[in-house]
Amino acid sequence: MRGDNQPNSTLRSGRWRLRVIVVSVLVVAVALSGAWVPVALGADPIKIGFGMALTGGLAANGKAALIAMQLWAEDANKKGGLLGRKVELVYYDDQTKGATVPGIYTKLLDVDKVHFVVSGYGTNLIAPAMPIVMERKLAFPALFGLANNEKANYRGYFQIMPAGPRPALDWTATYLEVASRQTPKPQTIAIVGADAEYPHNALAGMRENIKKFGLKTVYDATYPPNTVDFTPIARAIKATNPDVVFVASYPPDSVGMVLAAHEVGLRPKMFGGGMVGLQFAAFLTKLGPKLNGIVNYDFWVPEPTLKFPGIEEFLKRYQVRAAKEGVDPLGHYLPPWAYAYLQVLGQAIEGTKSLDQQKITEYLHTKEHDTIVGKVKFGANGEWATSRVLQVQFQGIDSGDVAQFHKPGKRVVVWPETFKSGNVIYPYEKALK
Amino acid sequence: MVSLDLLLNALVAGILLGGFYAAVSLGISMAFGLLDIVNIAHPVFVMLGSYAAYIMNVRVGFDPILTGVLFTPVFYGLGVLLYRVYYASFERKGAESLRGLVFFFGVLFIVEVSLLLAFGVDYRLVEAPYIGESLHIGPVGIAFRLLVPCVVGLALTGALYLFLSRTFYGRAIQAVAQDAFALRLMGADPFRVKGIAFGLAIATAALAGALLIMIGPVEPAMNREYIGRVFAVAVLGGMGSIGGTLVAALILGIAESLTATFSGPSWSVAVSFGVLLLALAVRPAGLFGR
Amino acid sequence: MAGRTFVVLAVVVVAAGVIVTVLDVNQYYYFAAYVVLQYVVLASAWNILGGYTGYVNFGTPAFFALGAYTAVVLIQSMNAPLVVQLVAGAAVAGTLGLGIGYLTLRLRGVFFSIATLALAVVLQTLFINWEYTGGARGITLTRPATVPLGGSYVEYLFVVMLVLAVITVATAWWIEHSWVGRGLAAIRDNEEAAECMGVPTLRLKLVATTVSGLLMGLAGAPFPYYVTFIEPASVFDLNYAVNSLAMPMIGGSTTWMGPVIGAVLLGTAQQVATVTISSALNLLIVGVILVAFVILAPEGIVGLVQRLVRRGPA
Repeated sequence: MRGDNQPNSTLRSGRWRLRVIVVSVLVVAVALSGAWVPVALGADPIKIGFGMALTGGLAANGKAALIAMQLWAEDANKKGGLLGRKVELVYYDDQTKGATVPGIYTKLLDVDKVHFVVSGYGTNLIAPAMPIVMERKLAFPALFGLANNEKANYRGYFQIMPAGPRPALDWTATYLEVASRQTPKPQTIAIVGADAEYPHNALAGMRENIKKFGLKTVYDATYPPNTVDFTPIARAIKATNPDVVFVASYPPDSVGMVLAAHEVGLRPKMFGGGMVGLQFAAFLTKLGPKLNGIVNYDFWVPEPTLKFPGIEEFLKRYQVRAAKEGVDPLGHYLPPWAYAYLQVLGQAIEGTKSLDQQKITEYLHTKEHDTIVGKVKFGANGEWATSRVLQVQFQGIDSGDVAQFHKPGKRVVVWPETFKSGNVIYPYEKALK
Repeated sequence: MVSLDLLLNALVAGILLGGFYAAVSLGISMAFGLLDIVNIAHPVFVMLGSYAAYIMNVRVGFDPILTGVLFTPVFYGLGVLLYRVYYASFERKGAESLRGLVFFFGVLFIVEVSLLLAFGVDYRLVEAPYIGESLHIGPVGIAFRLLVPCVVGLALTGALYLFLSRTFYGRAIQAVAQDAFALRLMGADPFRVKGIAFGLAIATAALAGALLIMIGPVEPAMNREYIGRVFAVAVLGGMGSIGGTLVAALILGIAESLTATFSGPSWSVAVSFGVLLLALAVRPAGLFGR
Repeated sequence: MAGRTFVVLAVVVVAAGVIVTVLDVNQYYYFAAYVVLQYVVLASAWNILGGYTGYVNFGTPAFFALGAYTAVVLIQSMNAPLVVQLVAGAAVAGTLGLGIGYLTLRLRGVFFSIATLALAVVLQTLFINWEYTGGARGITLTRPATVPLGGSYVEYLFVVMLVLAVITVATAWWIEHSWVGRGLAAIRDNEEAAECMGVPTLRLKLVATTVSGLLMGLAGAPFPYYVTFIEPASVFDLNYAVNSLAMPMIGGSTTWMGPVIGAVLLGTAQQVATVTISSALNLLIVGVILVAFVILAPEGIVGLVQRLVRRGPA
């Protein structure tokens, strides 16, 4: 300390300061004591607990998922609950930090005494919950993790994301399935992705698939997540002159890559593949016509081939809430699945007429489940028995108007055959006109 | 294989990026180098500028640059106010450095959460006719989305440079960094002068924020990714040196762009920080330090 | 406080911790307590360099992560026991600390802080690209099936972290009360003057950076078994830097007690906020507490209490 306080002037302010401190200590103390008081129990509801990313990097999706889950709980309670008991969701913000997850799930199980736990959103937030769930042998429906069960092969794990039995492989194969059916058949491929969990997994899967499909890799690189300018990357890719470009990116860099590709005139025969973010209204409306021709993965789009019972009412109700919460106003990407993974759990509880984790695990494994995202069948490792990753192509977008994305025809399903709603415009350049 | 085309384009892209980095870092350079205020919250004010640009773009259809210019007085006022709090709480008592740092960390969280509560966690973008378009001069392509930030960044640098070297208050700001007492003898009030300087530093964030949201999508917590980068630029440039800041920003921009083009973008950020570490080890006062 | 009292206190704390695990306490509290104790270690370690010596380290995540990743390497390569992981993690992070110490030869004040920040970025990029430790994808680690002391693995981790916290605080206490601490304080107040008076400044600074780095690595080493999933973004989290700096500030940075009080208060408040408020407000609280404390109680809680005691009952 360099400066010294003058005793005269600080006497008054010292008292005032003390008062402020006393008050703040009291506030903290009250906050602390509140936490240890157990939540008052109602008429013994069935409690489902989870951590969800409500702040931090994945919060935009996490909040959207939470809305969907709350809608499910409302629906269940409207129908009289499960097994005649009310359903209650108990959740905490995991802040998109894996380090908070072990604490949250132990709190849910030991202090809040929830009957079931389901996962938060994303691979990195599912992984830290796995040991706790496995130790206690719980059924564990999970929301959008890639290959979380690969090492553990835990029987109670159920992944609602339809990547398929070999997640990274099956996911990325769909893009090449589309590419390999075009004429002239593409020979070379450039792959690029962010230095983060999902893109690295996707790129690893893609490298395997490239061998299988007999393509030649001419560019293979990753970039740091906080990259500002993507034009050097797009230019370096362009210089290798690939037939196909596969991008595995997170939302901000998906936008950066699409813009950069336009700016440097990167025109391969096919472009896209694994870009997260091109499913959200914020980006669809801002990129508008620049999306035309891009072939990208998706899980649900409003095409006539994917009109499952219940999905449209769900989206309408979701969209009302989303407007209030300031999250994705379309809700096509994650929310239906967040609703569905509770749907399967609910059906298992009703189906087995019990809260027994083992019975529910076996029920989930053996039965096929009707959900708002279609029929769900889990394979032995808890992934979907068969992949239902869609590849969609953006077609005929002429403005940034959000209304067009509520309707079919703008994001045409080109793979798989079962859900196909239109043909690929190939090569990419043709779709730009 | 290094083709001339690619090299040329990488250099141009690096310069464009550098101009933008300069715009984001100028405020830090001023607060930090000239006033000794370690404003670690500067990037969050840049975020605030981004959201101002967003709101005006969505509601009134203003161009982000226009919003940036319009909001500079508001941000200036905010800066002056923040300086008053800072002065009353720390500087007057001679306890600035470490506690000031913690104070600004606190400010960072408060502004970030306020943005979160006001705008939600979703990514935001702006619309402008030139976003996604580019200009071609021979083999070199220039994206407007990056050209505009670079030009504005350069203009901002030039304006600040002229202000600091040519005007009375500008010279007073430079003087206050060296000898506040002497300044007082000259009839200028150091408190007022420093307030003006800090106000200006924050005012640059209004423009820098507009540039940031023009380049790509923005969300409230993104400011943290810029903390390291802007401090790197300010320190490498030699703090308080406006010209140095620009040169340092260009060096980092070009280093990032070259690595991204030729040896795998994965290392681009590490390379620029490696440059910084090296520079610090060899010349601790930065390239143009006093 | 006399040395003997301190030793007794340390033994009592550890004993109490062990007894707690014997009692049938809710598992959740071990998880929560582990995090708070981890912050006691990080804050105390940071304070040895930041509070005693006056060098502000922004690179806490780098040391913490180095400890964690050293443990990951040992688990991957030879399934080494936790004790080995702790020793190795501390050694590696301590070596980095020694390197940082030589940086202080040239860099002072904010330049030093920025250099540590840059170091964290470079290290993070390194681990993002190192596939052996999972790279950007991260790596799942399985806890050993048998627990050395019996009970659950989390209880074991809790006891380990408690011991580490006591070791750290004891180290801080010893430094503070020895010639090392007086030398460091001289450096903090005026490095040039200290040098002139014959204080071996470089050697002392090297001790401070090495010990500080070593202890941070120690805090990171058990982390892989705590979360069981490690990826660069979460171990290089800026929050470790902010917390390890904010906690001593709130508690008081001139004594060993300050970081402990700060870590327990802020750490507990964060834990509680996580399971009660569950929203962005959590961060807001940290921000408001930080600003309120540095303005209203610049010497931290310890300084505040001291001032009140000195002034006597009003």
